Amino acid sequence: MPSVRAAETVTVLDVKPAAPPSASGPDPERRARRWRRAVTGWTFAAPFTVLFVVFMALPVLASLAMSVTDLRSTDLRNPFAVNFVGLDNYARLFGDELFVKAAVNTLIFVVIGVPLTMVVALAAASALNSGLIRFRAVFRVGFYLPVVTSIVAIAVVWRFLLDPDAGLIDNLLRVIGIDGPDWLGDTRTSLPSLIVMATWRNFGFLMVIFLAGLQGIPQDLYEAATLDGASRWQQFRNVTVPLLRPTLLFGAVITGIGFLQLFEEPFVMTQGGPLSSTLSVSYHIYNQFGFGNYGYAAAAGYVLFVAIVALSVLQFRLLGERD
Amino acid sequence: MATVTEIRTRPRDRAATITLYAILIAGLLVVVGPFVWMALASVKPESEIRQVPPTWLPETWTLDNFRELFTRLDFPLYFMNSALVAVLITAGNLLFCSLLGYALAKLDFPGRKALFLVVLGMLMVPGMVTFVPQFVLVSNLGLANSYAGLVLPFLAGPFGVFLMRQFLRSIPDELIEAARVDGAGEWRIFWRVVLPLCRPALATLGILTFLSSWNNFLWPLVVATTEDRYTLPVALALYSIGQNRTDFGLLLAGAVVVVLPVLIVFLVLQRHFLRGIATTGLK
Repeated sequence: MPSVRAAETVTVLDVKPAAPPSASGPDPERRARRWRRAVTGWTFAAPFTVLFVVFMALPVLASLAMSVTDLRSTDLRNPFAVNFVGLDNYARLFGDELFVKAAVNTLIFVVIGVPLTMVVALAAASALNSGLIRFRAVFRVGFYLPVVTSIVAIAVVWRFLLDPDAGLIDNLLRVIGIDGPDWLGDTRTSLPSLIVMATWRNFGFLMVIFLAGLQGIPQDLYEAATLDGASRWQQFRNVTVPLLRPTLLFGAVITGIGFLQLFEEPFVMTQGGPLSSTLSVSYHIYNQFGFGNYGYAAAAGYVLFVAIVALSVLQFRLLGERD
Repeated sequence: MATVTEIRTRPRDRAATITLYAILIAGLLVVVGPFVWMALASVKPESEIRQVPPTWLPETWTLDNFRELFTRLDFPLYFMNSALVAVLITAGNLLFCSLLGYALAKLDFPGRKALFLVVLGMLMVPGMVTFVPQFVLVSNLGLANSYAGLVLPFLAGPFGVFLMRQFLRSIPDELIEAARVDGAGEWRIFWRVVLPLCRPALATLGILTFLSSWNNFLWPLVVATTEDRYTLPVALALYSIGQNRTDFGLLLAGAVVVVLPVLIVFLVLQRHFLRGIATTGLK
């Protein structure tokens, strides 16, 4: 994970100050130099920092503050009408049937979608890295294509592909005599359809990352394993996977963070239906915001944030430890 | 090298190769197929899109769908909105992120470490957590439904800082020291020495920022309250669930308008994309 490494490198840098500590000059001069350095540094840092604090950092704190109030859209012009309600919003959330439903749906989406995407991505990366395949660039670019395109546009296309009357998929099934299901209109197939579509869209991203990781594994390890009589599958299990662990971890965390925020697909394809079978936490937050329940939406947002942090920590535990 | 060729020509591997190709090509068809179908369907009349059995190539070619998008609906305006917002956000990120990235990588000042950690921490915070207070803030500034409101919260993104800092750390200090010894001021060093060296990183950051802004959905959906401020994804999404919801041809043509510029840029500049992903992912 980048943040951890980056934090380490910062520490390393800071151990080596620009001026050697033993340098004994007249004290005021040194202080002036340090002052100048501080001014220069902060001058460069200031434009970003101001925008960042006002539009990102403060909203994160404001969100936490809002989540313990009954702020509604109608209170915007009249902030004194807002009351402190403690943890009421959070308590209400977990008693809210729709939120619980959305949380379960999102969890299913993540728990099935992330491993599925990882497996497909790793399979594609291994195939392209096997040394057996030419035109690697063509496959790489092709598989990456959906990653760069707008989810909204993709969701529109897939909604029509999955349409029970006129969609390409059911039409093709009809040609071979199968009566395809109403993919998005049936509670049994709606969420699985979104999971398959998310895998389709996202595996190319992980594939590129895994491919870079695979190319970092020294070739002589495989040669040694071949000499020891290890089969391709044994090489994959005992050489590739252990050495790829940090990359797999990074991929799992990034994908998990993304999948937990599922929003555009149900918004465009199902509006959360049928019977809330594709309602996600993000969609629920957006709806509550639309109803004007700002405090409540902020609380739900924080629950999602905590879930993202918890999932990342869990994945570090599961994938990161065995060194 | 000898062992590699040996491995390649083993008969078992020939079977493996054929199987691999079959799977990969099937995969490629599944991945690229929907795009091809989208493009071909957008130039078919509505009746032909819904025809059973489906046609692959259009029997009747028509540009009616696009004509409707560009005349009856305001897609030229949405296109301009998307482009304007993306250009402004990209320019802002290139400038602000390289300034801070340089300061974090090469300048020594109090609070540097803390600032970097705070910015990095924000990488994990989803838009869903911040958009409500951001909306309240932007509304109170009188910027709801304005271009400024669409752009401001994205001008300074944490990802760019991370990218620029990582890249700048690989530039030797001696280059900067040499310029300093020559008596160049700090700004001059930044503009004349540092930025030109950053060109590859700036290219990657520019492309990725433009792309994420072009595709961004939640924030413009929240901020743009009247049609004249819609960006392309917002317009497409709202039309697709509104009264045009069953209009396949029109909406697929809309999807083409959203996707095509990105696909062209991606295919032309794919090296930058893939390298950017690989380096930011692993460094």
